[in-house]
Order: sequence, then C-alpha cells, then structure tokens
Amino acid sequence: MEDLLFYLFAFVVIGSASVVVLSKNIMYSAFSLLFTFFGVAGLYVLLFADFVALTQIMVYIGGILVLIIFGVLLTTKITGVDIKSGTTGKVQLITASVVVVIIAISLILLFTNVEWVNQEFVQPNTTIDSIGFAFMTKYLLPFEIAAVLLLIALVGATLIARRK
Amino acid sequence: MLETIQMEYYLILSAVLFTIGTIGVLTRRNAIIIFMSLELMLNAVNLSLVAFSSYYGDSAGQIFVFFIMALAAAEAAVGLAIILSLFRLKKTVYVDEVNIFKW
Repeated sequence: MEDLLFYLFAFVVIGSASVVVLSKNIMYSAFSLLFTFFGVAGLYVLLFADFVALTQIMVYIGGILVLIIFGVLLTTKITGVDIKSGTTGKVQLITASVVVVIIAISLILLFTNVEWVNQEFVQPNTTIDSIGFAFMTKYLLPFEIAAVLLLIALVGATLIARRK
Repeated sequence: MLETIQMEYYLILSAVLFTIGTIGVLTRRNAIIIFMSLELMLNAVNLSLVAFSSYYGDSAGQIFVFFIMALAAAEAAVGLAIILSLFRLKKTVYVDEVNIFKW
C-alpha cells in the first residue's frame, strides 16, 4: 500500500513539475505548481512528518502560490496575447541540457553510492512535540532571527512594490 | 511498514525534482516561471531533508525545513515585488530584455 502511494505521489510530483517547467501558458504552469506542492505534502505524510505537511500546504499553497498567481495577473496582459512565455535560444538550450545532465547524474550517483547508515524506521506518534521543544530550547535564536527576517522582508516588499 | 521503500527512493525523487527545477531556471525567459522553478528546487531540498529526518529519527531535519520555508516565503514576497516594479519600469518580465546593466 505504501509503495503504491509513494509511486502515485512521485508520478504526480514529477509530472506536474514537468508541466510547470515546459508549459507554454504561464497560467497552466502556476496551476500545475499546485499539484506539485500537494504531491510533496503527500510525500511528507508518507514520511510521518505531519506538521511539516500541514505547514507545506499552508505556506506554499496558501501563501506563495497565491502570491505567484497575483504576480502573473499583475504582470501579463490577459487580454492580449502576452500570456504565452517563451524559451531561450538554441545555444542556451544545449548548454543548459549539458549542465542539467551533469547535475542529475552526479546527484543520483552520490545518493546511490554513499553507504547510508541503515536504521530502523521509527514511527513517531506525532512530531509536533519534538519540533516545539526544539524550537523553544535549542533553536530559539534562529527562530527569533527568522521572525525578524520575515518582518524585514514584509516591509521591504511593500516598499519596493508600492507606486511612487 | 515502509520496509520496501528505501530512503534512496526519496533521495532520487528529490534529485529528479531538483533537476527539473534547474531546467526551468536555465531555459525559460519569463521571470515568474524562473521563480516557480526556484520554488521547485527548494521543495526538492526540503523533501530530502524530511526523508533524512524521518529515516534517522532526528527532528533537526524538519526544523531546517521550517527555516527554509520561512526563507522561501520572504524570498517570494521580495522577488515578486521586484518583478512587479520591473514590469512597471520596462513593461516586460522577460529576463533577456532587461539588460540595463549590459553595455
């Protein structure tokens, strides 16, 4: 059952990610990004990371995807023909494919050749306890810094995007 | 439970997702699509971190995922603000038509 779900989610993630990258229509890209985020959230659930999965849905789908769709709507002329989005020329395409093949081969070789220490998969009841304790004790300073960073980013984004 | 799906499967899936994101960043011209591809790459890294965290029973990996998500949200807000003001200035979001630094 788990294998079946894993392959289903993997298929959804890779298929919709390909649509994001290869589609000519930018709205199709934005909407298939939704399925990628949902697929990754499903994989988190399969890995028993429940809180991360919920946060993935709230932050990525509720926040970032909505922002991206607003960006699409504000920067393309819907009534015109400009909703199509082009790719680069042939030289860049060849260079890019060489670079991408090198990256893919090296990553997959790295991941398959390293002898990972094999441990029994422990099945936690819930991860919220350990995450909450870690945030409030060991990772308290990074937590506060992240909060300040979010505030700065919010103010900066408003300042950059406002009409002069 | 989960004895058939090894950790390597998740890692390879994460590598493939990262590669797809790299293709998008390198070949597309529209700044917003480049942006979405960046989000794909961040998601790939998050997936591998959560896989490590679950298979080693250590919640530190999931903590890092939260920090990456906070950074991704900040990056999305600032990046889209930059794209928006760029569009207001140059009437385009194609990155190869924005060459004010090139001479």
